[in-house]
Amino acid sequence: MSKKTYIQAITDALRLELGSDEKTLIFGEDVGKNGGVFRATDGLQAEFGEDRVFDTPLAESGIGGLSIGLALEGFRPVPEIQFLGFIFETMDSIAGQMSRERFRTGGTRHMPITIRSPYGGGTHTPEMHADSLEGYLAQIPGLRVVTPSNPYDAKGLLISSIRNNDPVFFLENLKLYRSMKADIPDEAYTVPLDKANVVREGTDITLIAYSAQVNQSLKVAEKLEKEGISVEVVDLRTLSPLDEDTILKSVQKTGRAVAIQEAQRQAGIAANVASLIAEKGALYLSAPVGRVSAPDTVYPFGLAEDDWLPAEDEIEAKTREILNY
Amino acid sequence: MDNEKPIVDFGAIRDALGKDFKPVQVIDGQANVVNQAIVSKYSNDQLVDFLKLMIWERTLHQRSNALTRQGRLGFYAPTEGQEASEMGSNSAMKSTDVLMPAYRDIPQLIQHGLPVYKAFLWSRGHVLGNEYPEDLHAMPPQIIIGAQYIQAAGVALGIKKNGTEDKVAYSYTGDGGTSQGDFYEGMNFAGAFQAPAVFIVQNNGYAISVPRRKQTAAKTLAQKAVAAGIPSVQVDGMDFLAVHEVTKAAREYAAAGNGPVMIETLTYRFGPHTNAGDDPKRYRTKEEEQPWFDNDPLIRYRKYLTDQGVWSEDLENEYVEQVKADIKAAVKQADEAPKQKMTEFLENVFEEKPQNIQQQITEYQAKESK
Repeated sequence: MSKKTYIQAITDALRLELGSDEKTLIFGEDVGKNGGVFRATDGLQAEFGEDRVFDTPLAESGIGGLSIGLALEGFRPVPEIQFLGFIFETMDSIAGQMSRERFRTGGTRHMPITIRSPYGGGTHTPEMHADSLEGYLAQIPGLRVVTPSNPYDAKGLLISSIRNNDPVFFLENLKLYRSMKADIPDEAYTVPLDKANVVREGTDITLIAYSAQVNQSLKVAEKLEKEGISVEVVDLRTLSPLDEDTILKSVQKTGRAVAIQEAQRQAGIAANVASLIAEKGALYLSAPVGRVSAPDTVYPFGLAEDDWLPAEDEIEAKTREILNY
Repeated sequence: MDNEKPIVDFGAIRDALGKDFKPVQVIDGQANVVNQAIVSKYSNDQLVDFLKLMIWERTLHQRSNALTRQGRLGFYAPTEGQEASEMGSNSAMKSTDVLMPAYRDIPQLIQHGLPVYKAFLWSRGHVLGNEYPEDLHAMPPQIIIGAQYIQAAGVALGIKKNGTEDKVAYSYTGDGGTSQGDFYEGMNFAGAFQAPAVFIVQNNGYAISVPRRKQTAAKTLAQKAVAAGIPSVQVDGMDFLAVHEVTKAAREYAAAGNGPVMIETLTYRFGPHTNAGDDPKRYRTKEEEQPWFDNDPLIRYRKYLTDQGVWSEDLENEYVEQVKADIKAAVKQADEAPKQKMTEFLENVFEEKPQNIQQQITEYQAKESK
């Protein structure tokens, strides 16, 4: 066991997977000598060589297409898209190409690609550097969208993603990179894909969240516990496809649910969770499903970020509202 | 001061751009040999085989056209006029090379090893048409213009990293495709990584209805490779031997570890963009088309080999009948493909099935067993 930050856990996973499978390749913009703009790949080129960890020309579509070609030649590509806001440049390679290949080829070809990308607001980045775009990705058949909320999951989910034979979009929360530390095992371990995690058990209401919002939800749960309110918190971990069983089981127990996301409200992950509960768990409910999200505007980088992002007190207020409905 | 020469003469620079590119030719439009040394490298039997490749493609085109009109094929992009460009280049490749085709490259795919009935199934929209055996080194035809170029760069880098000897990735696009960002990114990535890729641009004059001159201010498409730092060449795309020899040289250069190459073939799409309602009369004149029809790649090779006494109308008719019979058998085989099932689609979304897929398999199994 060692105390590791969220980003150190990610580096750790990358190092272990580079070491255990020589077909694993890491590439992207500035990931080589520079070790990534956030140092997620720090030291990996020095340890594994330029053949395994390398810089690409500055072109996201090229990085996506390169991954597909390398996968066809038997490699296990782990490309980095420097910021999630840059994926629009490579949406064809993700939505139009790699996610379709297993289907398109009748299962005769597969794409073991894990695209890593940082996202999430609150760190005062320039425009297009903090947007939560997971909703776009979640609608793509054949693609898993995975995001950890803590260092243990960051390492275990990333190892599972890299070892998986289908494409995974692995979202890393910028704000959590260095703000969280935890004791995690030094050796390789996996955290299952497609499985949500009940990070806190409770009986009165279920908060369903992911990434940084899990930590805010846990704080709300702790606060309400002092008032005798028992809050269950579910960390989705895999945003698409959803672990329906874990969500429904929790709602069946508590009878009340709030779905929380940092992204804009329209057509998001929380809407997907709410519709799942409406479709398959409506009769468990004693109150409507609550939703907490950012407003339906463009992400306002800079001064207004903290006003725009869903805050702990908004989660608390919505939780109380649904409890007292 | 007004008469002072500017520090840079941009007009002169512009006028010089692309001047270095002169189309390579071996046998001209009148069937005159302009490069005897190249022709002499081949026996008459080999030259007849080359002509047969073009006749095969023309016959495949004619049958595909007819089958599309009868509603027996789905999507079809006519290849008539591009036989020298497509067969000339493809025949210079090895079966171990990786082909990244677009939708007009079906003849190359078939020559690379795809059974004709599978090509027909692809056209109809049957996934069995895309189930390639492992030793067919190709991907299904790309629909997104340019996407195959960056993937080819990735395949080429993979070949280099695997240390595979004498193997290249090759990919096709058209004149319209050279306007896509992915076209440049593919060449630039392959160039930056010095990966063994051969990029072939079939300049057939039109991107659906938009003529080549409206795609770019560049005088040639070949010169677009210059910016990526990779060598490129223009070739008479109606001249099989010229395309073949140039592609062979490009392949050898790339396979030897020198990095990628780009080839622009000057050809013409005799027919419409696809058989889904495109009418070239809306954007082309007869006056423009006729010289290209006269420049048909089959005419000059047929004439040359007939003059040599090794080809005749009888031989051609006999060969065409054989090709037609093969195509007829392929249609029959395609007709025998089983109806596609939603459960089979669902099986091929992920290797390890998440809950939604498992649930939907169960739902559709119930429907399909009724």
